Amino acid sequence: MNLAEVNRGDKFKIINIPDTMVRAKTLRFGISEGSTVECVEKIPGGPIILKKNLQEIAVGRKLAKKITVDELQTQKSIGKTVIAR
Amino acid sequence: MDCCNISHQIDIPEGVKKVVLTGNPNVGKSIFFNSFTGIYVDVSNFPGTTLDISSGKFKDYIIIDTPGVYGVSSFNDEEIVARDAIASADIVVNVVDAVHLERDLFLTQQVIDMDIPTIVAINMMDEAEKKGLKIDIDKLSNELGVPVIPTIAPKGQGLEEVKNSLHLAKIGNSSIKLTEELEDLTEKSTNKAEAVLIMEGDPHVSAKNNIGDIDYRDKIYLDRRERVNNIINKIVTETTDSISFGTKLGRLMLKPITGIPMLLVALYLLYEFVGVFIAQTVVDFTEGFIFADTYEPFIRGIISNLVSETSFIGQLLIGEFGVLTMSITYTFGLLLPLVIGFYLFLSILEDSGYLPRIAALVDRLLTSIGLNGRAVIPMILGFGCVTMATVTTRLLGSKRERIIAVFLLGLAIPCSAQIGVIVGLIAPLGSKYLIIYALSIFIVYVLSGTVLNKILPGESTDLLIDLPPLRMPRISNVLKKTYIKSISFIKEAGPIFVIGAIIITVLQYSGILTFIQNAVKPITVGWLGLPKEAATAFIMGIVRRDFGAAGLSSLAMTANQTIVALVTITLFVPCIAAMLIMLKERTKTESVAIWVSSWIIAFVTGGILYRILEFIA
Repeated sequence: MNLAEVNRGDKFKIINIPDTMVRAKTLRFGISEGSTVECVEKIPGGPIILKKNLQEIAVGRKLAKKITVDELQTQKSIGKTVIAR
Repeated sequence: MDCCNISHQIDIPEGVKKVVLTGNPNVGKSIFFNSFTGIYVDVSNFPGTTLDISSGKFKDYIIIDTPGVYGVSSFNDEEIVARDAIASADIVVNVVDAVHLERDLFLTQQVIDMDIPTIVAINMMDEAEKKGLKIDIDKLSNELGVPVIPTIAPKGQGLEEVKNSLHLAKIGNSSIKLTEELEDLTEKSTNKAEAVLIMEGDPHVSAKNNIGDIDYRDKIYLDRRERVNNIINKIVTETTDSISFGTKLGRLMLKPITGIPMLLVALYLLYEFVGVFIAQTVVDFTEGFIFADTYEPFIRGIISNLVSETSFIGQLLIGEFGVLTMSITYTFGLLLPLVIGFYLFLSILEDSGYLPRIAALVDRLLTSIGLNGRAVIPMILGFGCVTMATVTTRLLGSKRERIIAVFLLGLAIPCSAQIGVIVGLIAPLGSKYLIIYALSIFIVYVLSGTVLNKILPGESTDLLIDLPPLRMPRISNVLKKTYIKSISFIKEAGPIFVIGAIIITVLQYSGILTFIQNAVKPITVGWLGLPKEAATAFIMGIVRRDFGAAGLSSLAMTANQTIVALVTITLFVPCIAAMLIMLKERTKTESVAIWVSSWIIAFVTGGILYRILEFIA
């Protein structure tokens, strides 16, 4: 799945950032392929706000679609585990 | 390409050690700079940018401040300036934000990798403590291999220690694993610092050393990131996981449901401060009293003793559009207060950390017209002065975005000088007409942006920005920024307003101005349904946008005619200074294309609006 498909509150792993310039910029902010990050806000139709530790960055929607991620924990799955209990 | 030597910009005596201050944006670097240098500071412009470098003396050292950057490279103007300063440094004082070590230590490690003796000042220690972060300073110093000094700069803590520790600066532990390649390149280039930049694929540094493109950036950056993450794992422990008020407020600024009202409040404050207080109260005093009533009669008195006011030279100097009369009054009486007001507001937004959040919030709107959230800066500034805003389009990520932004600024953003007159003309007509006016301009803005986004080749860059923690802006820093930016604007735009005045005087004296006015008349009457004198107002709009609008107030027009005339004049032209600055920022062909198409769009829109209003009536 890609970064534009995550929801607020989801935690996931960044799998692939295709553009080398973008990769360099996110690396400086502390986010790289393999980092675990959280989506703290998703502006409707707009940027995805990512958080890793105390660092927050805004990623434009179009760019987010190009970044592959692997979901670790979704808000929904948290809900399900609660119900399962 | 001339790069990597700051001595070209700052006069540095032989043998004096250069201490370069570096850090990410908003880490409190300027407090260190002020503490080092006191008030005697040289500000020099960095060629080809809107950036200035401050430098000053401290003991036997020269202290050089640099723009805040996240890394050393050539991704944008700030980085190029910082890179050149860092690459020529004898000592680097790196200020890092204790709350943001993951981000900030990347730059630290990069400077260390460049083999430059470094001291790290770890700032905002109090804030880190509040956020439950425990940082092992000694261990950090050990890991990096350079001295680390904890500071709370706003309270003055640790500043003296940093100043007294310059001689302790050391070359730290490198994170570069490609040692053979680095050694090889170090031999071929000026020094290790430049070799590192070449390996990271910086085209300017490679060209300077006559070395072809080499690109190990991915590998080096990854290794560096891994090293920084390792260090942080060893030295930082989080004791609490509480979310502070600042973090919560920051989130609310991003959510449209709360963020949009907050943005509207901010814009309202901007309007009250700049649009009402400065544009009316202050400008009435500066433009009216100081310049028009006091300065102008004075200078006219002096000059008219030497040359006749009606002669060509007289007209050029002290005529209606004279260099010593109109240019001076306009630049210092009208523009300077407005520019200061806007920069003051913008600096507060910037230093508080609110600006990047506004950029994220409006990103969606701006992407539909081929821009991204960062373009909010020139767009806000445009309401102050289009000329000033056009200069800031340099910060946009691609040529395509710069063209779109320059075009939209010239076409559909009325500057503050014009807004004042427009509001004065519309207010008596009632809110219905204000809405028609605003809606027409907005539609043209969105349509033009959308069309340009479709037809211009290439792709616009996407938003990718850091959202720094919200902080109370420091007054001294805000004032300093405002001062530096306003001065550099006057330096850049002042000559342009002089050239503009000369062109207009020549056009008027030679009769060309009247000729153009007559040529435009048929369109004004036949197509726009306006009195023929309105043509004069349109042409005067080129001289100064507010002149144009003001020229309309003396004409007897119906409400519909007034709206058509105001919409046309808003779109019609940027003023001559804005036209000239476009030439400077863009190519000749692009500028002419922008001018001509805004003229066409202005008249087409005005004509259509006239017919719609007639039809409804």
